[in-house]
Amino acid sequence: MTEEKWEPKVVAFVCNWCTYTGADLAGTSRLKYPANMKMIRVMCSGGIDPVFIIKAFERGADGVLISGCHPGDCHYNAGNFHARRRWTMFHQLLEYLGIDKNRLQFSWVSASEGKKFVDVVSKVVNDVRELGPFKGYKELNSEFTAVVNGLKQEVNKAEAVNG
Amino acid sequence: MDELRNHVKEMLANGTVAAVIGYKEAGSPMRTKPVIITAPEEAILLVFNEYCLNNLAVYLTKARVKNLARVNGTIKKLGIVAKPCDVHAVIALIQESQLKREDVYIISFNCNGVVKDYGETLTGETIASKCLHCDARQPLYHDKVFGELKDLPASPDEELAKIKSFDDMTSQERFEYFKNEFDKCIKCYACRAACPMCYCTQCITDKTIPRWVESSAHGRGNFSWNLIRAFHLSARCVGCGECERACPMDIPLSLINRKMLEVAKNDFAYLSGRNLETPTLVGSFDVKDKEEFIL
Repeated sequence: MTEEKWEPKVVAFVCNWCTYTGADLAGTSRLKYPANMKMIRVMCSGGIDPVFIIKAFERGADGVLISGCHPGDCHYNAGNFHARRRWTMFHQLLEYLGIDKNRLQFSWVSASEGKKFVDVVSKVVNDVRELGPFKGYKELNSEFTAVVNGLKQEVNKAEAVNG
Repeated sequence: MDELRNHVKEMLANGTVAAVIGYKEAGSPMRTKPVIITAPEEAILLVFNEYCLNNLAVYLTKARVKNLARVNGTIKKLGIVAKPCDVHAVIALIQESQLKREDVYIISFNCNGVVKDYGETLTGETIASKCLHCDARQPLYHDKVFGELKDLPASPDEELAKIKSFDDMTSQERFEYFKNEFDKCIKCYACRAACPMCYCTQCITDKTIPRWVESSAHGRGNFSWNLIRAFHLSARCVGCGECERACPMDIPLSLINRKMLEVAKNDFAYLSGRNLETPTLVGSFDVKDKEEFIL
């Protein structure tokens, strides 16, 4: 893909009870938001393990958005309070290890905030667009992939010779 | 040293403890290794000096060691010789319900610092970096304490200066730095084995369905392993520095752990392994936690 045609890929992990319903409201209200967002519904923001976020980056996401119920509104009473502490730590760890803090963003969006959902998604996609493709993480494996591809070629050659 | 040996001998003889985890000399007076003592006459092996580097709390969660405490159907105490900083690890394990306070007998010392590596005389240059910012040279909890406090050799805290220097770097530069460091990782998991807080019976990196952390020692797998390790220990790490000492590739794991300790200290005024009464940071919450970073 050429640089001009690049479109940011943003993965959103959203909670079933608030943000997902909020996104639904945005849809039924015919509000438009960038189509760069790939949404994954989870039951609670407290159930989002940081490995999900790492996995998203590994599989080529340029940014990640995490969204849940406002504090005090959690369907499971305290899921988002626990999540908030975890994210405070995780966000700063990622920033320290050199992952720009705008690549991972958090928000509270309730079921009635269709407009806020649109604003948040637009902001995150714009921020990630400004940062550009997440080359650093994508290239982490380049050497390894090069070796594997080289081996594959060797195998193909050998197979071609041996018929 | 004789006090320690006599005390352990007495405790083993009168049946207060079933076994004592301690240090013994290893080939040279300037080198030690862990030893588990179950017979009173073996207590003569025990030593305590500035070469007692291991954090012995790591053995407390091992099933083989726990079994030593089961004598004739009753659970006896396990004795442990712990530096005041290692006592933090014991406390953290009790906080996380891995141990009961009454099941462990803590023999501690007023600590005068340890060396970076075996075979060096303790001076300002050879002192371990964790000793430079030590806030507990006397054990916070103990059943028996020996030794007298002496002045610690002073030296600038280079580790903190290095962490502060990262603030001036761009995120790309930091990413490059840690990428190059993590590239050295050979996935031996020595950091995990040496860590007293890494007691999970199945580590997330060993899970194969789904495979969350790639097991190959390539760039991506190394980055995700080191990131997950650092995150699982943030606000739980007691800063003993054993992971870095165990690392055969000299990855500066302490830089990351220390940074996360600073984060927990600044944002939540929390230090792990200091208080038996308080819940752990990640196991509890406060409705008034700060959230400026959330949209």
